[in-house]
Amino acid sequence: MLPYALIAPTVLFLGVLFVIPLVQTVALAFQVKGGWSLDNFATMADDLNFHDAVVNTFRLVAVAVPLQLVFAIGMAMMLRRIGKGRDLILWIWSIPLGISDLAAGLVWLAIVNDQGYLNSVLFRLGVIARPESWLTYETPAALFFAVAIAEIWRATAIVLLIIVAGVQVLPKEYGEAAEVFGASPWKSFTRITLPLLKPSIQTALILRTVLAFEAFAVVMAIGGRNFPVIISEAFTWQHFNNDSGVAASYAIVIMAISIVATLVYLVALRTPAAQR
Amino acid sequence: MTLNRALFAAGVTAVCAWVLVPIWLIASSAIGGQAVISAWPKPFLPIGGSLDTLLRFLAIDGVWKSMLVSVEVAAITMVLAICLGAPAGYALARFKFRGAVPFRLLVLMTRAFPVAILALPLTVGFIRIGLYDTAFGVALVHTTLALPFAVLVSASLFQAIPHELEEAAWVFGCSRVQAFLRVVLPLGAPGIAAVAIFAFVISWNEVFAASVLSVRTRTLTAYLLAVLSESPLYVQFAGAFLLIVPSVLFIFLVRKQLFAMWGIANR
Repeated sequence: MLPYALIAPTVLFLGVLFVIPLVQTVALAFQVKGGWSLDNFATMADDLNFHDAVVNTFRLVAVAVPLQLVFAIGMAMMLRRIGKGRDLILWIWSIPLGISDLAAGLVWLAIVNDQGYLNSVLFRLGVIARPESWLTYETPAALFFAVAIAEIWRATAIVLLIIVAGVQVLPKEYGEAAEVFGASPWKSFTRITLPLLKPSIQTALILRTVLAFEAFAVVMAIGGRNFPVIISEAFTWQHFNNDSGVAASYAIVIMAISIVATLVYLVALRTPAAQR
Repeated sequence: MTLNRALFAAGVTAVCAWVLVPIWLIASSAIGGQAVISAWPKPFLPIGGSLDTLLRFLAIDGVWKSMLVSVEVAAITMVLAICLGAPAGYALARFKFRGAVPFRLLVLMTRAFPVAILALPLTVGFIRIGLYDTAFGVALVHTTLALPFAVLVSASLFQAIPHELEEAAWVFGCSRVQAFLRVVLPLGAPGIAAVAIFAFVISWNEVFAASVLSVRTRTLTAYLLAVLSESPLYVQFAGAFLLIVPSVLFIFLVRKQLFAMWGIANR
């Protein structure tokens, strides 16, 4: 009986604050005035911002997540070669892990706003003559890159930690054997290290993709209403339009995308049982 | 070979700069004084330290209160996550029981779903039972974010403490509870502390749920988000700086356990 008594509080808590709200979200989205209906979804799809929000969200995930993975693997490989000072470097590289996405957005706002540090550099280099705005709807590409860079800056650390944890348990013998047989470092990386890291990569991708689809405060801080994404539209409908039904429809969209993405990663990056 | 080494060192330095320079810039925006805020083009070395900007920020009506709310919410989250999560972790580590696998799955599932979204229906429910716009209500949602982490990490913490030590304590006449308190808990304490700190940071940093679930009792993040479009830049930068400082300190405190934790929690 003891183990059940020990897990009961957690089960109860998650039941009340996770399972029930999950069901309620579905009910909110698919019900209008007590009856089942797709009206909320119709309102959502007809909204002016809906198309942009979906496109922006997917673009952000498609650019930020792969780059985060590549950077994190690169950084993990660098860490492997660092002898003295490794702990210090790892600490510095994981600092963004503790930084709120809102704070990260504001940090990059300090850099890319009209009178920010980026423009100061460009001005000193003679590229621009006066403070330029990069964050308006007239400069969609610049706005997108500002948001993407802030997101990459903040969230690469989490991928790095997962990859580093994976690298630590890699058996050294394979790499040594590859060296003995004359494999180049690149070949031993692509043929041995990467395949062995697959489980870590899978975990990192699932976690990061789910979180990137709901990247909220970074976007709000830098783009505001000029850069709608699905989650910020959910917030707008809930907070400003006081329409929980449409907000919940947006939530359902994010949930569906997250589940599909997770399944895709689980299938595409599965490790055959024999290799475990 | 030396060229290789130089390139490598340059690469490592570049990544450090990529992480640190933006933090440096927000710090010099927040503590550089009025001169930096209005300067064009911006100086890269801050002009003397000055607390003017931070003090002006803190003097704004509602800022102090929101910082206190943030601390309160994070503290409640921390206590709830540990009190609920550690026993569950102990159960997973020490017992084989029917339902252990589905339980683990339930815990993992909360992480695969975008948890921020649960805040939407909870606003309705919280208004009904009087938890809307309270620190406790926000802390409850933050606990669902921190709890899976607390359960999984404490499970592996307890697993790493040899069962024999506990059995020895039983042989010498300790009850199960005594053995836990005198043998297991002291050994697991540093790890538990790290989990607690991480739960605190998760809550301190959370924006969406905190914003949706409150109007007046706002956390610092919810406050900053609410005033985002209408406040001068110095307010935003000072706020960001105050958000970052505790997090960076906390990450420093748990740096040893940090990635052991993440490695474990994501296996």
